[in-house]
Amino acid sequence: MKALTKSIWVFHFAAASCNNCDIEILDALTPRFDLERFGILLVGSIRHADVILATGAISHKAAVRLKRLYEQAPKPCLVVAVGACACSMTMFRDSYNMAGPFDGLVPVHAYIPGCPPKPEAMIMGVVKLIKALKKG
Amino acid sequence: MAKTIIPIGPYHPLQEEPEFFKLLVEGEKVLELEIELGYNHRGIEKIAESKSYDQVLFLVERVCGICSTSHPFASVNAVEELADIKVPERALYIRSIIGELERLHSHLLWLGLAGHFIGYNTVWMWAWRYREPVLDIFEKITGNRQHYAMMKIGGVRRDIESDDIPEIWKMVDGLLPVLDMFKGVVMDDPVIHARLKGVGILTKEDVFEYGALGPTARASGVAIDVRKDDPYAAYPLVDWQVITQEEGDVFAKAVVRILEMYESVKIIKGCLDKLKVVGGEIDAKVKEIPPGEGIGRHEAPRGEVFHYVRSDGSNRPVRYKIRAPSYMNVPTNQKSVVGGTISDATITLAAVDPCYCCTERVAVVDKKTGKKGLTGQDLIKLSQEKTLRIKREMVV
Repeated sequence: MKALTKSIWVFHFAAASCNNCDIEILDALTPRFDLERFGILLVGSIRHADVILATGAISHKAAVRLKRLYEQAPKPCLVVAVGACACSMTMFRDSYNMAGPFDGLVPVHAYIPGCPPKPEAMIMGVVKLIKALKKG
Repeated sequence: MAKTIIPIGPYHPLQEEPEFFKLLVEGEKVLELEIELGYNHRGIEKIAESKSYDQVLFLVERVCGICSTSHPFASVNAVEELADIKVPERALYIRSIIGELERLHSHLLWLGLAGHFIGYNTVWMWAWRYREPVLDIFEKITGNRQHYAMMKIGGVRRDIESDDIPEIWKMVDGLLPVLDMFKGVVMDDPVIHARLKGVGILTKEDVFEYGALGPTARASGVAIDVRKDDPYAAYPLVDWQVITQEEGDVFAKAVVRILEMYESVKIIKGCLDKLKVVGGEIDAKVKEIPPGEGIGRHEAPRGEVFHYVRSDGSNRPVRYKIRAPSYMNVPTNQKSVVGGTISDATITLAAVDPCYCCTERVAVVDKKTGKKGLTGQDLIKLSQEKTLRIKREMVV
C-alpha cells in the first residue's frame, strides 16, 4: 500500500454526475492548481490506475460498468468518492434510476464532500488519503 | 475490405461523461455511427414533481454543471410566464451578467477540450488557466465557483454590489487580450487549419433536418439565437450581435465560439454600465403560483434550453419537462462524422460541445428481460410505429 503514496495515477469514473465535479477534477490538473507536479496523472485505462475518482450518483446502467471496471483494476486500488452525489446521493436519493451510493457497490476509501468540491478540497482529500496510507 | 466496429466509450479517456458511440468502419472511413446513451439518466423531471418551486431551481441547476445557470434561467422564465410576474429591471441585468459570464467560462472550457482532442495540449492548459479569473468572479459575487444559485422566481437571490463592479470590469477587460490570442491561435495556425477545416461538415439543410441549435447551427449559417429571436432578461436592452459562419465545419464552430465570447464581454459591460444607474429591488416577492402552463427558454452556451412547467395552483409543479440543446445537437453527428476518418471522429463528436447529463431525459426498461436502454434503431422504430398508429387512429 505504501508504494501507492509516491505517484498516484487516477482513473476518472463519472457515473451519473452533472459534470461539475468532473470539470473541477480536470481543473485541479491544469495550471492554477497543477496536481501533475506531484505525479498525480489522469490515465485513460483502468489497468494503469491506482485510484478511481468516482463522481455523481450512480444509475443502474452505470453500476454494471462500475463493478466491471473495479474488477479489472489492478489491486490494491483505492476508490475516492468526489462530490455530494457520490458521497450520499443527496437529492437523487429518491430517483427511480439510482443503484445506490458508491459505497454500497464498491469499497470507498475516502469521501470528498461539496457540490462541487473546490480543487483545494480535492487536494486536501488526496493529502489526507496519502497520510492515512503512510500510517498504514 | 472487411468492416470493423470501433467502440468509443462508455468509459473512454476522450470523454468526461459516460456515453457510447459505435463506429462501423471500413479501413479508415466511418460508414455508420450508432449512439447509445442512458448512463447518466437521473430522473430529474420526476423528482421535480415532488419539490416546491424554490427547490426545483436547485434541482434543475444540477442537470448540468457546465451550463449550470441555464437551466434555472429557463425555469424562472417558465414560471414567470405561467404566473405573469414582472421582474424588477435591476434583476434582469444581474441575470444577463451571470448568463454571459457562464458563456465565457463554458466556451473557454470547450476551446481547451477541443485543443486537447486534437493533441494540442498547450491550448488546453492555456484556456483553462484563463478560465480561472471568470470562476474567481463567480466565487466573489455568488459564493460558489459553479452552481451559482443566483436565479429566483421573480428576481435574483443576491445583488451585485457597486464595489464589485470595477473588479468584474477589470476581469472582462483582462480577458480581451486573451481572446485576441486565442483568435490568433485558431485562425492563423496552419496545423489547426489542417485539422479542422473541411472536417465534420454540417450543411444548412442538415441543421434544419436535425433541428440543431446554438453554435452548431450558427456555424452552418443559421442565425438562431433565443436572445435575439425571443428576447428576455436584459438582452434586448444592450447592444450585441449574433455571430454566424457559413462553412459548417469544426473550424467554423470554433470561430463562432471565440467570436461569441467578444459579444459576451460586450453584453457584460453594457449590463454593468446599466447597473450603476438602475437601482431598486432585485426581487418581485412572489407569493403564490396560479394554475396554468408556462414555457421558458434560454440560450445556453450550447443552444436553446427549453423548460415546460404545469401548475395546479399548489406549491409543486404537476409536470416538468426539460429539453437541453445537446439532445438536438448530438444526433447531427450522424451526418458530420459519417464519411470522415476515424481520427477526425473524436474532434467532430466533440465539436457540438455535447453535454450528456443535460441530454439524458429518458430511460427505457424491458420488463421481461430487465435490460435497460434503447439503441438509435429502436427509437426510430418506435417513432415510426407511433406515426403508423396515429395514422390508423386518424383514419388517414
